[in-house]
Amino acid sequence: MQTKTKLELKMGVATREAFGQALVELGRANKDVVALDADLSKSTYTHFFAKEFPERFVECGIAEADMIAIGAGLASSGKLPFAASFSCFAINKGFEQLRVCVAFPNVNLKVVGTHSGISIGEDGPSQMSIEDIGLACSLPNFTVLSPADEIAARALVHAAAAHLGPVFLRTGRPKAPIVHTAGTCFTIGGSFQFNGAQYNGGRDVTIIAHGLLVAEALRAQETLDNEGISARVIDMYSIKPLDRDAIVRAARESGAIVVAEEHLVATGLGVRVAQVVTETNPCPMEFVGIQDTYAESGTPAELMQKYGLTAMDIAAAARRVKARK
Amino acid sequence: MTKTSNVAELQAIAKRIRREIVEMITHAGSGHPGGSLSAVEIVVTLFWDVMRHDPSNPHWPDRDRFILSKGHAAPVLYCALAEWGYTPKSELNTLRKLGSIYQGHPDKRFIPALEASTGSLGEGLSLGIGISLAAKLDSRPSRAYVVLGDGESQEGQIWEAAMFGGDKKVDNLVAIVDYNRIQLDGFVDDIMSLEPLADKWRAFNWHTIELDGHSIPALQAAFAEAERTKGKPTAIIAHTIKGKGVSFMENNPKFHGVAPTEDEMKRALAELN
Repeated sequence: MQTKTKLELKMGVATREAFGQALVELGRANKDVVALDADLSKSTYTHFFAKEFPERFVECGIAEADMIAIGAGLASSGKLPFAASFSCFAINKGFEQLRVCVAFPNVNLKVVGTHSGISIGEDGPSQMSIEDIGLACSLPNFTVLSPADEIAARALVHAAAAHLGPVFLRTGRPKAPIVHTAGTCFTIGGSFQFNGAQYNGGRDVTIIAHGLLVAEALRAQETLDNEGISARVIDMYSIKPLDRDAIVRAARESGAIVVAEEHLVATGLGVRVAQVVTETNPCPMEFVGIQDTYAESGTPAELMQKYGLTAMDIAAAARRVKARK
Repeated sequence: MTKTSNVAELQAIAKRIRREIVEMITHAGSGHPGGSLSAVEIVVTLFWDVMRHDPSNPHWPDRDRFILSKGHAAPVLYCALAEWGYTPKSELNTLRKLGSIYQGHPDKRFIPALEASTGSLGEGLSLGIGISLAAKLDSRPSRAYVVLGDGESQEGQIWEAAMFGGDKKVDNLVAIVDYNRIQLDGFVDDIMSLEPLADKWRAFNWHTIELDGHSIPALQAAFAEAERTKGKPTAIIAHTIKGKGVSFMENNPKFHGVAPTEDEMKRALAELN
């Protein structure tokens, strides 16, 4: 008996655009909110904020290290600055400044990376950010967040603003399918387990994902369900701090975990989840992500397929990990 | 401790701070005496004469800000903070010891009155810009004073910040280059010359003043000129002597990053009497 309808996800705006919208809302509510950009405001969507609050928009030119440290100076004087650039530039070019000017003195700067992962497509690997989560998570005091859709992105911008301390918010270039429902609560250190129509207990395997791969995980869940494999999906949008309880529960109840992310597998969410699993309820795990390589130019869909980041890849990993139980 | 514009009094304070620097670095057994001693008059003129600050209210929003971008000269800043009562003077000789608030490089976690944690070179001018922008946004009178090293000026970020400061007319910001001409590996001119340094700052649209960085009247006049200068930040190229005040340390690259021995400390203190 087939009662379930086929999973259909409505397309939303890109998480970077949702960030730009939420930043304007924040700016209206709090006059201390300041935005910084390094000549990419039309791509990071800080131009929404710049248009409404030109006096609170700091154009730093193409000088990301300077931008991060200027943001740290603003924060240390009581401002609530959001510094935005492509993830690869904000994190890599600003890393030393993130370390000494922001993380070490625990300064209240919010860093927003857009164009993360390989789904930026045609621009190619120099603009692709596949190391950012590993780098940001390596900084003590930093909170690292990765929204899956516009609903999560807006909520996490507000959560970042309310949090006292440095935050890295990772957003993407392409439009993102809407996986969450309006009003869902997103908290730093939290996660979201999908208990919708596709969920049938999640006894066989848990798929933990973040960013664009949450939608792929839900599609994989449907495929697996049709094969009689019961999978649960968790959106682990708070990569640091991690929702340890959710991971422990997943390991205990499903006994097999797949972590899927648009990031290097070597330094992404997967290894952080694995650390919790090995410390608590060891179980078989599989990792879907970018292997030890740089990608290339192509359409986003072509790249996600070539580098193994689709629902099909996640479903295959789920079958493998289930077989290892 | 009270503020003063009296040059003789400021010189006496400078001499006292030089003694404290030599003592604390000797007790620590490591540290950077040369670049601490070269910056004494700059720090004394700022903390005792120029800057608006209040030790009883260290986070007064309208205070002026001091950032030691060349964080390895921490001892000179620690002496000023201790003299003013921001931190205990009795603990100066715990410099660099486990648990001391006087960390090897300035660390806000241990001294909340510090405006910045520094030590990784090249970053303080950008922090100063952020602080200056915040003051402008809030229409506060605060000014920011950032002390840069000459060797530090080889860092690219200094010039990113210089370009920003000039272009955005951050006129409540002053950069002071402690141009003592020696860095860790030797003489700046041998390693990577900064010349023409004043021309560089002028080219980046900074109001630029060259002076003798040990002349308190010259520093007083320059800081006053900086405050009068609108529409441009000010760069003060302070020509100084590394290890100033101790004959055997002066212009001696060895004392960039080596502590004096007990015997050297005694000789130094005798000279600074």
